[in-house]
Amino acid sequence: MDFSPFILSFKLASLTALILFTVSLPLAWYLSQTKSKMKPLLEAVTALPIVLPPSVLGFYILWAFSANSPLGTFFEETFGIQLVFSFTGLVVASCFYSLPFMVQPLQSGFESLNKNMLEASYIAGKSKLQTIIFVALPNMKPALTTAIIITFAHTVGEFGVVLMVGGSIPNETKVASVAIYEMVEMMDYSMAHIYSALMIGLSFLILLTVYIFNARHNKRFGV
Amino acid sequence: MIDINITKSLHGVESDMNLHVNLHIKEGEFVALSGKSGSGKTTLLRVLAGLEDAKGEVRVGDDVWLDGKGSLAVQQREIGFVFQDYALFENMSVLENLLFVRKDKTLAKKLLEMTELYALKERYPNTLSGGQKQRVSICRALMKKPEILLLDEPLSALDPKMRTKLQQELLTLHKEFKTTTIMVSHDPSEIYRLASRVVVLENGQIINDGTPKEVLLKTQGTQKFSFEGELLALKKVDVIFVAVVAIGQQIVEVVLSQQEVQNLQVGDRVTLSTKAFAPTIV
Repeated sequence: MDFSPFILSFKLASLTALILFTVSLPLAWYLSQTKSKMKPLLEAVTALPIVLPPSVLGFYILWAFSANSPLGTFFEETFGIQLVFSFTGLVVASCFYSLPFMVQPLQSGFESLNKNMLEASYIAGKSKLQTIIFVALPNMKPALTTAIIITFAHTVGEFGVVLMVGGSIPNETKVASVAIYEMVEMMDYSMAHIYSALMIGLSFLILLTVYIFNARHNKRFGV
Repeated sequence: MIDINITKSLHGVESDMNLHVNLHIKEGEFVALSGKSGSGKTTLLRVLAGLEDAKGEVRVGDDVWLDGKGSLAVQQREIGFVFQDYALFENMSVLENLLFVRKDKTLAKKLLEMTELYALKERYPNTLSGGQKQRVSICRALMKKPEILLLDEPLSALDPKMRTKLQQELLTLHKEFKTTTIMVSHDPSEIYRLASRVVVLENGQIINDGTPKEVLLKTQGTQKFSFEGELLALKKVDVIFVAVVAIGQQIVEVVLSQQEVQNLQVGDRVTLSTKAFAPTIV
């Protein structure tokens, strides 16, 4: 049995979660603290991937990445990277697709913190960065795990965007969901069953881990 | 010496108002800020701390904290702040809460011993009682050896017994560190016990400023004693009336004549005083 689609899926999901965490942390912090009138606008843009059909997102990303677009040309000429039908392209596309799943739990995590606690840290002479690292993040561990794990799981579960941007190149862009689609198309139902059952099992385990962790944390801190 | 001269427009619950405060505070003074809720007390503290912006000037000794040109960042101000809801760092133990402010183990030990908390130094905030939490919060505020200690209704969430105990500790700490202190408080007995000066705010303006005795004592002229309270009920008993008045934590009954009752309504703020009376205190 060929496990490479699964390995590819998990590699893609891990990279996406890592990149999105770095990008979303400042964004989520800004959204949680700002009183700017621009906030609803930014929030709406961030949430767009939730409501858009993956085909719409996939179409625009494909269009932006293509060798005929300025972005595609830039990447091709500067880094020698082809974004369409490549693993790099999949990572970038996944980052757009899964952005709200990282930003929203982090933002609500930051918002649920006691404002006075953050102010107490500023009064103690700590900068914003120190406050985020030593006070904010350690006090919102359930939000942190939720954000990271859900982003990871959501990326593993994506299909439409991946198919449009990546196609189905073995060991490059053929992730588990795409592989299952192909098996069904080729009427190889026994393999489709095995792959699908594996997906259900893994996804369930991931979600169960998150909920057990959060329940323990809440119990310990009396929430 | 602290010079405060600030203005700030506030959007209150009922109407917008202008906070305008001109105040000079001597070094080592213990000032109580009093007044109805929404009068601007907390905002004044937050402006002093640098947590909120305002127009005007704040000078502490030779340092300028706020003037027309700019405002010193909250991190740079030599202040300690005690919040009503304690605001402890939940992810740190009692000792870590103190050391996070300054890595000074000797001072942390001294403060914790003074407040009888040293035995609890490894405990986490969510395992402490309200009174213990607030003592940790006060210790944490003093770790910076601040020039000004700001207390925002620090004891109002505690029961009366714990309040009295913490008042005593605040007094001890104030004597030891001689930190200039500004405390928001509604409790006259607390103010009387702790403060050397009371400033009363109303609608953003200072309406009274003096010693606790001058500001808080309500007796005038030849009155032997005088209490302020709220009229809870009026009952007619034969030819007289009995009024039930809440004074502080206590309820008292007073006998009134028909004449006296005429202008009274349940819910009124009333002053209860007498002249020809010799109460005995046992």
